[in-house]
Amino acid sequence: MSALSRDDVAHVAMLARIQLTDEELDRLAGQLDQIVGWVGQINEVAADDVPPMSHPLPLTNVTRPDEVRPSLTAEQALAGAPASELDRFSVPRILDEG
Amino acid sequence: MPTHPDLTHLTAAQMADGLAAGEFTSVELTQAHLDRIAALNPVLNAFLQVDTEGALATAADVDARRAAGEDLPRLAGVPIAVKDIACTQGIPTTAGSRTLEGWVPPYDATVVTRLKEAGLPILGKTNMDEFAMGSSTEHSAYGPTRNPWDLDRIPGGSGGGSSAAVAAFLAPLAIGSDTGGSIRQPGAVTGTVGAKPTYGGVSRYGVIALASSLDQIGPCARTITDAALLHEVIGGHDPMDSTSIDAPVPPVLEAAANRDLTGTRVGIVKELTGEGYQAGVQARFDESVELLRQAGAEIVEVSCPHFQYAMAAYYLILPSEASSNLARFDAMRYGLRVSPEGVEAPSAEQVMGASRDAGFGDEVKRRIILGTYALSSGYYDAYYGQAQKVRTLIARDFEAAFEQADVLISPTAPTTAFRIGDKMEDPMAMYLNDIATIPANLAGIPGLSLPSGVTDEDGLPVGIQILAPATQDQRMYAVGGALEALLAEQWGGTGSVLDRAPDVTTGVSAGAVSEEAK
Repeated sequence: MSALSRDDVAHVAMLARIQLTDEELDRLAGQLDQIVGWVGQINEVAADDVPPMSHPLPLTNVTRPDEVRPSLTAEQALAGAPASELDRFSVPRILDEG
Repeated sequence: MPTHPDLTHLTAAQMADGLAAGEFTSVELTQAHLDRIAALNPVLNAFLQVDTEGALATAADVDARRAAGEDLPRLAGVPIAVKDIACTQGIPTTAGSRTLEGWVPPYDATVVTRLKEAGLPILGKTNMDEFAMGSSTEHSAYGPTRNPWDLDRIPGGSGGGSSAAVAAFLAPLAIGSDTGGSIRQPGAVTGTVGAKPTYGGVSRYGVIALASSLDQIGPCARTITDAALLHEVIGGHDPMDSTSIDAPVPPVLEAAANRDLTGTRVGIVKELTGEGYQAGVQARFDESVELLRQAGAEIVEVSCPHFQYAMAAYYLILPSEASSNLARFDAMRYGLRVSPEGVEAPSAEQVMGASRDAGFGDEVKRRIILGTYALSSGYYDAYYGQAQKVRTLIARDFEAAFEQADVLISPTAPTTAFRIGDKMEDPMAMYLNDIATIPANLAGIPGLSLPSGVTDEDGLPVGIQILAPATQDQRMYAVGGALEALLAEQWGGTGSVLDRAPDVTTGVSAGAVSEEAK
């Protein structure tokens, strides 16, 4: 039985913002179906009454005093930007025109 | 200026002592490593970046301060390699990915700051599987690293650049990161030492995140003492990392000098031996167990029944966290930006999709898609939620095992190094390399791999893994230090398994790389 179809992979890839080519979909879909089938074995474990573990350590919020301290300059922060303008990141259009 | 090629074959501790005694300078020592890198790296591909100028500047500074009588940290002047997953201000940092090609971080990771404060010249950045996803370094966008024991074979992964650099004497020490075994398994297949500290033991600030509840930074070295020396430099609390443990570094260096195993309870994890482990791997493991027994350790067998589900839980938790962490590579603020073909005035969303397709390799895509699926509505409880419950059961198995034993042991990896290309088309076969190392990451406990010899069948090195309870890192160094000394006594020579490695300079000059491995 197929756990994950080619269409499922295309849909999830879209959610993850990866525009796969048809050739990539052909290659990855079969592998992912096999992997999803394999990881599904964890449902053999009876764990209804077991608490989930998100993290190895008991974590608490860590805060620091709200004080000004050295940080990156605008120039440093923009140094790796694909495009910048007026000391800001320049990005492609975010709305559909029309 | 005289250089001493043999200087590269000293241990880091010997280098530190030689520098302190004035037998050689840090500039000579660093230059000797840079020369060896220049000669061997074109074939090994262990380093993605070499910072000749920066390393020599640090070395000269240390030499000047030492000459002026300044009291310096123990490892001051001893050069080091850094995995390309840690940000280095002014030196490109790629995490082995096309998407970060040429990216120069505007700040240093805390681990890099600590190295600089301790005066270690940074030789360069080492190769790795893309975003640390892999067990062979073949998933690097910049080509595979070769194992110095056999240039047709993998050096482990994801930290194969660091393990190969240390095994080939290109660096005495290296920084690694271990999410499911990426320090320990490369150590095992290259005949070197690698330690994953307790989760939270070393700051991850400025280290490119893979799976945040599993990732840990740690030392790669050729001896237990050298690993402990580096562990003490990089360990300890960092207010910039909210998961950093606010407690002193465990006394690992003192422990590494231990030679007494009387009464130490050593547990063999039943589920991590036997079937599935190569004959030579199992044979060297059994011999180490016998050595430990003869030295006075009490050997017990422990069972961790939920470990059989550790791989499945890991391959749900890791991709889920990775899919979230790697969302930052959106082509907007840094990294590769490409426009989709044939689209006029593409939207940000279309540019993201095209950039992430062009910038990520197959393994990264597989894991992001798997993680996005496991977290998606309707599947969350069956996959990610269930994996978190199984994680609890694995942690409980460890708790019960550590009631019967002070440390637990197993082979580090199920096989010796495989040939480059052998497992690239079969992701599942690749994943199984980490079967023995993954449980420690799920539970957050420390683990260390130590060379335990070479196999009869292929003459390649194997490792023994030593695991300790959380925050008790010194225990694995204490048992590791004692076992290392027992093995060295048996082997003779310098006491290192690397004595038995073929001379990599001969292999490189003879072009001993088969056609299919190119």
